[in-house]
Amino acid sequence: MKPRVSRWLVNAALAACAALVLFPLFWMLSVSFMQPGEANALPPPMLPQIPTLDNYRELFAHAGMGRWFANSLIIATAVTLASLACNTLAGYAFAKLHFAGREKLFDALIGALVIPAQVAMLPLFLLLKYAGLVNTYAAVILPAMASVFGIFLVRQYARTMPVELLEAARMEGAGELRIFIEVVLPLLKPILVTLAVLTFLTAWNDFMWPLIALTGQQHYTLPVGLASLSRQHVQDSGLMMAGAVVTVVPVLVLFLALQRYYLRGLLLGSVKG
Amino acid sequence: MNRASTAWLFLAPALLVLGAFFLLPVLAGLGLSLTDYDIYALADIHNLRFVGLANYWDLLHRRLFWAALGHTLYFVVAGVPLSMLASLGTALLLNSSAARFKPVFRTALFAPVVTTVVAVAVIWRYLFNTQYGVVDFVLTHLGIPPIDWLGDPHWAMPMIILFAVWKNFGYNMIILLAGLQAIPAELYEAARIDGASGWRQFRHITLPALAPILLMVGILTVSGYFQLFAEPYVITEGGPLQSTVSVLYLMYQDGFKWWNMGTASAVAFLLFLVMFVATMALWRAGVSREDAA
Repeated sequence: MKPRVSRWLVNAALAACAALVLFPLFWMLSVSFMQPGEANALPPPMLPQIPTLDNYRELFAHAGMGRWFANSLIIATAVTLASLACNTLAGYAFAKLHFAGREKLFDALIGALVIPAQVAMLPLFLLLKYAGLVNTYAAVILPAMASVFGIFLVRQYARTMPVELLEAARMEGAGELRIFIEVVLPLLKPILVTLAVLTFLTAWNDFMWPLIALTGQQHYTLPVGLASLSRQHVQDSGLMMAGAVVTVVPVLVLFLALQRYYLRGLLLGSVKG
Repeated sequence: MNRASTAWLFLAPALLVLGAFFLLPVLAGLGLSLTDYDIYALADIHNLRFVGLANYWDLLHRRLFWAALGHTLYFVVAGVPLSMLASLGTALLLNSSAARFKPVFRTALFAPVVTTVVAVAVIWRYLFNTQYGVVDFVLTHLGIPPIDWLGDPHWAMPMIILFAVWKNFGYNMIILLAGLQAIPAELYEAARIDGASGWRQFRHITLPALAPILLMVGILTVSGYFQLFAEPYVITEGGPLQSTVSVLYLMYQDGFKWWNMGTASAVAFLLFLVMFVATMALWRAGVSREDAA
C-alpha cells in the first residue's frame, strides 16, 4: 500500500473511532440543555433549539443533587487522604524497612487480590450494622482507608529510592519518623499524586458498596442518587442527562488535568504479573 | 526503638484496616454461608441456625442461580474477546507511524474509562431506547428493522456487552500501547528487508512480543467482567424476563433485598470459586502455550 493511502486510512480510522467513542458523552451534554420533552422527539435532535439550564435547576432545587454532590466530595476526599496515609506508610515499610517475614507478608497481600471484594460485603454490612455505622459516611470511608493496590504502587516506587540517603540521615541520628517525613515523603511526591488521583476517581465512581451501605437519601453519593433517580424518572431524559453530566464532568476534568499521573499509575499497576 | 518495631508501626494502620474490613469479613462470610442468616436472624441473632452446606446444595438446585451464572458467562465469553479486540485494534492504530495527533486520540479513546459507570449507563439506556433512541433511529435509516434492546430478552445482554466494550477498552489499550512501544524497531526493520508483509510482521513479531501482556490483561479483564453488577442494575434492572440477572445481581437481591444473607454469602463464594477456576485455567493454558512457542 502506498504510504499516503495508509496514512489517510489510519487517521480516518482513528477519527471514526474517537467520534464513535465520544458521541454518547457529547449527546449527554447536549440533551442536558434541552427543554423538557424536546429530547423525546423523533428524529432525535442533536443540539438543543434553545439551550436552557432548567434541568440543572430542577436537579439541585428538588432532587437533592447538591446534597449528593457534597456527600461524594466529602467521601472521596476523606478516602483519598486516609488511604494515602495508610498506603504510603505501609508501602515504604515493605520497600525499605527490614523485618522478619517481610516478603511472605507482602506475597500474602498480593495473593489476597484474587478474592473479589464482594465476598466481604455481606459480613461487612452486618459488622457495620452492629457497630451502628450503616448509613453514615464512615461506612463507606472506613473499608477504603487502605488498599493492597495502593501499598503495591508505593512499594514499587519506593524501591528505587537510593538507600544511601536513608543511611546518611540515620547516621546523623534522625528518628525513623523524621526520616519518613523529611526525606522519604518529598521523594515519593510523584507517586503520591498518582495514587491520590487514582483513589479519588475510584472512590467517586464507586457504586455497589455505597449502594449497600448508604440506605438513606440524605447520605447518597452521586452514583447512588443517580441510580435511584433513574429508576423513578425513566421518561425525563433531559433531567437524567443533566444528572449524568454533574456526576461525570468533575472526574473527566480531574483526569484531563492530571492525565500524566493517572496513566503512569495505570501502567505501574499493570506490571505486577 | 529498633528497626523491626518501627516497621510494624508503619504497617499497623494499613494492616488493621485490611484485617478488620477485608480479611475478617471474608472469613466471616465463609461462616455466614453455612448458616440460615435471614431477616429473623437480623432481628434476633438467636434465630440463627447452622445449616452446613445446605445453602450451596439449594443453590445448585435453583434455576435462577444457573441462569445468572449462564448470563455472567455469556457476558465474559463474548465481552472479553470483543473488548480485547477493540483494545488491540486501537492500540495498533495509535502506535502506527502514520497516526497524527496521537495524544488527542489517545485521550479521546480513553475518556470512557474514567467516567462513572452509573452515569454513562443512564446515557446508554437513553441511546438504546426503542421509541426515541438514536441507535434504533440509525438502524431504521440503514434499512434494518429496529431492535427492542431493553424489552427483548435476546438483545438486552448484547446491549450490555456493547456498553462494557465501550466503557472499558481504553484501559487495556493504554497497556497494550506501552507494550507495542517496547518492541525494538530493528525487528521490524529486519523483517522489512526480508520482504515480510505487514500481516506477517504482525503475526511473527508483534503478536509473540505482546503475548505475555495479552495474557495478563486478558486474565484481569476476565476477572473484572465476572463482577458484572452496576450495568444490569441501572440499564435493565436485571430484566427483561431476568435475562440480565448476573451472579452479583442475584447476590445483591438475595442479600440486601430479601435479607437472605446466608444464601447470598454462598452465592458470593460460588462466584469466587468459578472466577478462580476460570482465571487459573486461562493462566495455565497461556503459560503452556508460551512455553511451547
